[in-house]
Amino acid sequence: MSTTEQTEAPTALAPAHVAPPVSSPRTWIRDAAMATPPGAAEARRSTATVRTVDVIRMLGSAAAAVGLTAWLYFFALPLQGQLGFVLISYLIFLILFAILTSFDENRITVKDRLIAVFIQSLAFILLLALFSVVIYTFGRGLAPLGNLNFFIEDMSNAGPLEPLTQGGVLHAVVGTLIMITIALAISIPLGLLTAVFLSEFPGRYASFVRTIVEAMTALPSIVAGLFIYATLIVFLGFNRSGFAASLAITVMMLPIIIRSADVVLRLVPGNLKEASRALGASTWRTVWNVTLPTARSGLTTAIILGTARGIGETSPVLLTAGATTFLNLNPFNGPMTSLPLTTFTFVKSPELTMVARGFGTAAVLMVLVLILFALARAIGGRGAGQLSVRQQRARTRQSRDDDYRYRRRELGLDRNGGGASRGSLRARLGIGHPLPPRESPATPTRKDTKS
Amino acid sequence: MAASVETGSVEAGAVETGTVETDSVETDSVETGTAILEVTEPMTEALPVAEDKPRKLSSKIDRPDAAFRWIARGGGTIVVTVMSLVGLFLAYQGFQALQVAGPSFLTEQSWDPNSGKFGIAAVLAGTFFIALTAISFALPLALGTALYISEYAPAKIRNGLVTIVDLMAAVPSVVYGLWGVFFLSPNIIPVSQWLSTYLNWIPVFRVNGFDTNDPLASPTVFAASTFIAGIVVALMVAPITSSIMREVFTQAPIGEREGALALGATRWGMIRNVVLPFGRGGIIGGTMLGLGRALGETIAVFLIISPVFVIQPHILEKGANSISALIALRYNEASVFEISALMAAGLALFLITLVVNFIASTIIVRSRSGSQSD
Repeated sequence: MSTTEQTEAPTALAPAHVAPPVSSPRTWIRDAAMATPPGAAEARRSTATVRTVDVIRMLGSAAAAVGLTAWLYFFALPLQGQLGFVLISYLIFLILFAILTSFDENRITVKDRLIAVFIQSLAFILLLALFSVVIYTFGRGLAPLGNLNFFIEDMSNAGPLEPLTQGGVLHAVVGTLIMITIALAISIPLGLLTAVFLSEFPGRYASFVRTIVEAMTALPSIVAGLFIYATLIVFLGFNRSGFAASLAITVMMLPIIIRSADVVLRLVPGNLKEASRALGASTWRTVWNVTLPTARSGLTTAIILGTARGIGETSPVLLTAGATTFLNLNPFNGPMTSLPLTTFTFVKSPELTMVARGFGTAAVLMVLVLILFALARAIGGRGAGQLSVRQQRARTRQSRDDDYRYRRRELGLDRNGGGASRGSLRARLGIGHPLPPRESPATPTRKDTKS
Repeated sequence: MAASVETGSVEAGAVETGTVETDSVETDSVETGTAILEVTEPMTEALPVAEDKPRKLSSKIDRPDAAFRWIARGGGTIVVTVMSLVGLFLAYQGFQALQVAGPSFLTEQSWDPNSGKFGIAAVLAGTFFIALTAISFALPLALGTALYISEYAPAKIRNGLVTIVDLMAAVPSVVYGLWGVFFLSPNIIPVSQWLSTYLNWIPVFRVNGFDTNDPLASPTVFAASTFIAGIVVALMVAPITSSIMREVFTQAPIGEREGALALGATRWGMIRNVVLPFGRGGIIGGTMLGLGRALGETIAVFLIISPVFVIQPHILEKGANSISALIALRYNEASVFEISALMAAGLALFLITLVVNFIASTIIVRSRSGSQSD
C-alpha cells in the first residue's frame, strides 16, 4: 500500500497540466482552479488494497507456470505424481511472479509482493486441507448414510460381510450421548465451581490451582484413559463400562472447560459486581445474581466447545469402555461404545463395506460436532453483558413502558383507574403516543443500545 | 447547616469586602474556608498528645458466604486432587516395572516386558520424530494463516476465517486419521519417493531397502511412515498454534504499525519490524503448545503407522512408533506386569507433555502480559 503511494505519488498528485511552483519554498496550497481545469472532473484515487496490476501479474504467471510445468512433466523430465506437479508449478509461479513484478518495481516492493503471495498461499493450504478432510469424509460416508437402517439398528446382526442395508450405528450414537451426558453432569458443576473459585477468590492457592489446570489442558487423552483404566479397572477391579469411559472423558474435558470458563468470568465488568456489593449483596449473591448471568453466553460456549472435544476423543473410550456391537443402555453394566470408537473399529477391518460404515460413522460424528460448534457460535460470540436481539427488544419495551408511566405521573393522569395497563399496552403495540413527546427520547432505540 | 451558614456569612463580612448579599456558591466557599480554620487549630495542639492510630478494617463474612467460600475452595481442591492423582497413580502403578527395568528403561529399544527386556528408547524417539515432523509442517502453515488473518485478509471475511480455523481444531482426531490413511497416504507416496531419490544426501530422507535405480522397486516401503503421520498431526495442531499466534499478532500496537507504514515501510516491512518482534512470545508459545499436542496424539498416529521397535530416524521409511500408539496397541491383552510397564511409559509421556505445556503457557502468559503493559 505504502509503496504504491511512494512510487505513484508524483503522478497522482501532480498531473501534467498542473505545475507546482518549484521555485518558491513556501507551503504550496493547491488552488482549486489550478488543480482541475474547468470541465474536467477530478479523478478519484482508489484506496483498495488489491491492485489490479498485481492480479493481472498473478494470473499471467500462474498460467505460464502451469504451462511450463506441463511441458516439463510430459516432454522434458521423467517426473510423475499430481502433488509433484502442483509443487513444481507453484515454485515456477513464484519465480515468474517475481520476475514480472521486478520489471516495474524496486527490490523492496518485489519482496513485499512475493511474501504476500506466499503467506496467502500458506493460509490457503491450511483451509484447503480442512475442506479436503471434511468433504472426503462426507463423500465416502454417503453410501451407508443413504440407508435408513444405518441410524436405527445396531451391529449385533450384521457381520463384516453383510451389505450396507443391514446393521447401523444406533448403539454408538446412544453410547456417545449417554457418556457425554454423564461426563457433563460431573464436569459442568465442578468446572463452573472451580472457575468461580479462580476468578472470585484470587490468591496464592487460586493461582496454584490455575497453574495445574493450565498444565492439564493439553493432557494427552490416552493418559486420561490410562488413569481411569489404572484406578477403576485395574486397581478397584470394576469392569469396563460406559461410566468408566465417561469418567475418562471428564478427566480430559474438565481442564478445558475450567480454563475457558475462567477466561469468560474474568471478563465480567468489575463495576457490575461492585454495584451489587454496594447494594449490600453478599459474595454468594453477587456470583449467583450478577456474575454468572452476565457471563452466561460465554460460559455456554465454553461448555459446548468442551463437549465437542469430549465427543470426538477416541483413546480414553478405547481403554475404558470396551467395544461392543450391541445396543447397551446401562452405563454401569456391560461394555459400551461411542461414535469415534466405532469408527476406529470399523476402519481397522479389511472389508470394504466395514470401511464404508466407518466413514459413515465419522460423518455422523462430524455432523454432531458441527451442530455443537454452530450452537456455540450462535450463543457465544457475545461479550459479557451484551444482549441478544430478543433481550434487547424486551429491554426496550420495558424502558418504553417506564417512560410512559413516568410521563403519566408528570401530567397527573394517574388518577384514572386502570389507565396504566391500557396505556402501556397501547405503547407496546406501537399505536400512536397519546402524550406529547419529550425533547430527548428516553426510550433507547435498538440502534443505540447495540453500539 | 443553617447555623454554620450564618456564622460563615458574618465572618466573611467582617474579614472581607462587604459582599454579604452573595449567591449561594460564594457563601459556600467562605463557609468551607472557616471550617478548615476551625479544624486545623485544635489539631496542631492535639497532635503531640495522642498518637494517630490506624483504623482497623475488618470485614465480617456471614455464614452463607463463608460456606460458599469453602465450597468453591473445595471445588478447586477436588480438581487439583484429581489432576495430581493422574500423575501419582501412573507413578504408583508403573513403579513395579520401573524397578525391574532400572535405568535401562530409557535406553532399551525393544518392548517385551514379560521377558524383562523393555524400554522406551524406540517409542520415545519415535514420538519426538513424529512431533518434530508435525511441527516443521505446522509452524509455517500456522504462521502463514495467522499473519494472513491478522494482516492481509479483508475485514469482511476475517471473522469467518477465525471460525473455520477454530472449527478445524474441533474436528475429531479419528477423522483426521481416516483422511490420512485413505486419502493422504496414496497421494503422498510419490513425493516421498521423489524426496528419497533426489535428496537422499540428507540423512533423515534416506530410505533403506529402496534402490533408486531399480524401476521395479516397490513404493510400499514409503507407506505408514513417520512423514505421513507427521503431516496428519501437523494439520491437527496447526489450528491451535495459529489461533494463539493470531491473538498475539492482533495485539501489536496500532501506533507502531502506523508509524512504520508512515515511514514508508511496505506491508512486509511493517510485519517484520513491528508484528513479528512483538508477537515472538506468541509464536514460540503457540509452537510449544502445538508440540505438546503433537506428542500426545494417539488415534490418528495409531491408524497410520506400522509399529516398529527400533529407533527409526529415516522419516520416509515404513515403520514408526510413539508412546501413545504403544499404549493403544498393547493395553488390551497385557499381563499385570505389562500393564505396569505401559503405565511407566504413560508416565514418561505425561511428564514430557507437562513440561512442554508448562513452558508454553508460561511463555504465552508472559507475552500477553507484556502487551497489556504497553
